[in-house]
Amino acid sequence: MTTEASRHPLASLPRLPSGAGSVGLLFVALLLFWLAVNFVKTPADFVEVFLIGITTGCVYALVALGYTLVYGILELINFAHGDVFMLGGMVSATLAVSWGLEAGQASLWPLVILILLISMAFCGLLNATIEFIAYRPLRNAPRLAPLITAIGMSFILQNVALAWKGPNYVTAPDVLPTGDVFSIGGVSYTWNKLIVVLITVPVLLALVWLVQRTRQGKAMRATAQDRDASAIMGINVNRTISFTFLIAGALAGSAGLIYALYVTTVRFDQGFQLGLIAFTSAVLGGIGNLPGAVLGAVLIGLVQAFNEGLGWHTPGSDWTQSIVFSILILILVFRPEGLLGEQTPEGG
Amino acid sequence: MSESPPEQPRHVETRGAAPEVGYRNRARAAWHSQSQERRWAIVIGAELLLAILLGLPDTSLGIGVALVAALFWLPKVTPIPWRLVAEAAILAIAGAIAGAGKAPWSLPFVLAIAFAAWWIPTRYRRWAIPLLVILAVVFYPFYLQRLFEMPLFGPFPDQSTAVVMLVFIMMAVGLNIVVGYAGLLDLGYVAFYAMGAYTAAWFASLQFAEHTWHFGAVGVSPTLAGFHVSIWLLLILAALLTAMTGVLIGLPTLRLRGDYLAIVTLGFGEILPQVARNGDNFFGTGFNLTNGPNGITPIDSPGWGNRISDATGGFLPSNYLQCCDRTLLGHQVSSADVFFWTALVLLGITVFCSLRLRDSRLGRAWVAIREDETAAAAMGVPLMRTKTWAYATGAFFGGIAGAYYGSFKSATFPGDFFFNISVFILCMVILGGMGNVWGVIVGAAFLSYLDREGLANTGSWINSNINIGGWHPNIDVPLYASGIYGAIILIVMLFRPEGLIPSRRRAMEFHEGVHDEPLYDSTGS
Repeated sequence: MTTEASRHPLASLPRLPSGAGSVGLLFVALLLFWLAVNFVKTPADFVEVFLIGITTGCVYALVALGYTLVYGILELINFAHGDVFMLGGMVSATLAVSWGLEAGQASLWPLVILILLISMAFCGLLNATIEFIAYRPLRNAPRLAPLITAIGMSFILQNVALAWKGPNYVTAPDVLPTGDVFSIGGVSYTWNKLIVVLITVPVLLALVWLVQRTRQGKAMRATAQDRDASAIMGINVNRTISFTFLIAGALAGSAGLIYALYVTTVRFDQGFQLGLIAFTSAVLGGIGNLPGAVLGAVLIGLVQAFNEGLGWHTPGSDWTQSIVFSILILILVFRPEGLLGEQTPEGG
Repeated sequence: MSESPPEQPRHVETRGAAPEVGYRNRARAAWHSQSQERRWAIVIGAELLLAILLGLPDTSLGIGVALVAALFWLPKVTPIPWRLVAEAAILAIAGAIAGAGKAPWSLPFVLAIAFAAWWIPTRYRRWAIPLLVILAVVFYPFYLQRLFEMPLFGPFPDQSTAVVMLVFIMMAVGLNIVVGYAGLLDLGYVAFYAMGAYTAAWFASLQFAEHTWHFGAVGVSPTLAGFHVSIWLLLILAALLTAMTGVLIGLPTLRLRGDYLAIVTLGFGEILPQVARNGDNFFGTGFNLTNGPNGITPIDSPGWGNRISDATGGFLPSNYLQCCDRTLLGHQVSSADVFFWTALVLLGITVFCSLRLRDSRLGRAWVAIREDETAAAAMGVPLMRTKTWAYATGAFFGGIAGAYYGSFKSATFPGDFFFNISVFILCMVILGGMGNVWGVIVGAAFLSYLDREGLANTGSWINSNINIGGWHPNIDVPLYASGIYGAIILIVMLFRPEGLIPSRRRAMEFHEGVHDEPLYDSTGS
């Protein structure tokens, strides 16, 4: 079913505007007009909000990549992924508090990196365990069975966090430096935003290297394409799938640390919401498609930031969720293959 | 476990020679290798033991178990000599429990029923249990006061709790049409529930006070502002409106493959409550649709009006809230009783429609789609239309349930319609057995009771009765309700994916290990 043409990211991009397509174009035009008016009215705010959006998008990207990796290999929406991310944030916040991290202390960065590694290992192992317990026995069951299990797992994880930390926000120390990297015409770019990007980008590069260049990555891609054939070719499919969950969990763990340090509060039910947003990003970019997930996440981050930060005719933060889910629904209905084309065994 | 098992023929008759793989199959094979007499003896012995054990804390519970055992198992046993032995043993146990316990009057009663069950012709015997259950439920308010306390779960629910339970059972039966019959995973069912409740609220309250329009409303002054429509019309209106919403949501989305459909319905399930929460002032226009987080309250109470009430000799009360100044069989009929019976009638209608639909042409088309979409399409089942009907029917009953709930509680709040509720209802369907109405009813009754009272009672029982070396747990059990549902979902899906009381057909699908990958190109998208 997967042909070379549908696999190429640009093959399906140009489309004649007809029917729903022209409505969509009109909608995009209105959106651009709205952005342009906002930009003209308050350029400083616009750029500031834009930078916030990029930063949020980075966090979403790390979580969205987890969804996309798992979907690409198992075609399973891992609902529990957002909650794994949340637990990562809680572990990071707890460690940061108990080790007494302070802004400006000399050993701050080694400790942050250590917490990052711990959080990544914790979430990776947790995610792989979840796969082993909850999804592997259902590999040959009807397709909706593991999806339902994933929802159950998500609820269990939320309650684990609830039992551990209670229903209130867990606060992490605010250790990221908040000075300006640069400040041009009233627009300032603060260090904490840059640090989020500085942590995200290497993680993303490492992931791309892993999937594209290593033997294990090759096994992952082969398993995603055809599980039975790769088993025949001597690939240990179970181990490859476990490894994929491990990687996805580690990404969620790194996102958890970044979230804990940047936003500084984590609560047991935040993972599910953020997970849904991240899943929307993955679908927007094209599920199973790694660059697509990042692009989608940045776009969704921008949408959220613009919606909450701009002044002229903005729905406001009350409606963010509705807007994100509307995007999800519209994308699934009108362009289920996403912006860059989906890459799943089933094809687009 | 090997990853890719060799292609198995899909319709192998596995009864008789169970494959010796996995501990469950081994256990099953060991069980089936016993002689039939011994199997019955074990089953009946286990039930007797249970009856005795339960009879120790409470007499009537033991009697109940012994009775159900007698009614259910005895007709299946080979007549001589095992049925005689088992019958005698069960009667002896029931008699001993009754004689030793607090209610010796029940001994002749138990004996009579057991012997009646013995003499009923076999072809009518299968109606014995359903009839008993229906009678027991209809007359529930009459004997509620005299019921015992369940161990661990606490007292039986009162009528008001039972109304909420019935509403949830209705929704579970409605969702079963979508998930169980047609195999479409709907994670946003709460949206229909909310639609129903808000429809009742819009047309039977002060919400739109700038208009005044009355149509068959009872119990409100005719000059009261706002829309006031009779609740019975509203139930229908809400059902139709929700069904239409279902069609509107379904038309663009039902062509998606299963997991995408799930996520889209989840999206709708998140958007609609948010609209309800923010709908008191749409984008600054000042238009108040839903009254925001404060919700809409009060909603008119149901009733039949004086004319119908008089015409039926007071059988149908004119206003539910001011009901009723009469006694029935020595029981003072209360307002909650009337709500309870009305909910029961609505549930009855829902179950009847659900069963009739299942056996109709449409229902068979749903099952065909669930089992193999491509094959169904090839056999000429119109996929989109059939799926949309499933969606609309499920929404229809969700709407009725929501409207009735709104008018029972006399309020709707956006906080009642979280994603958790969708999963909660899904959990009922899964626990009971997807596709089997009776299983879904049992699962929904159990879970909704747990949700309303059971968890709190269990929590206090645990906290007060467990004492490990001086350590008392202090767990707020209801706080972890969603985690408990999650665990139930997980355990059921892993160990008994067809649910507690499955439909035989659905169970076979789960155990064959079908690879049902709905091909969404088969719908032509």
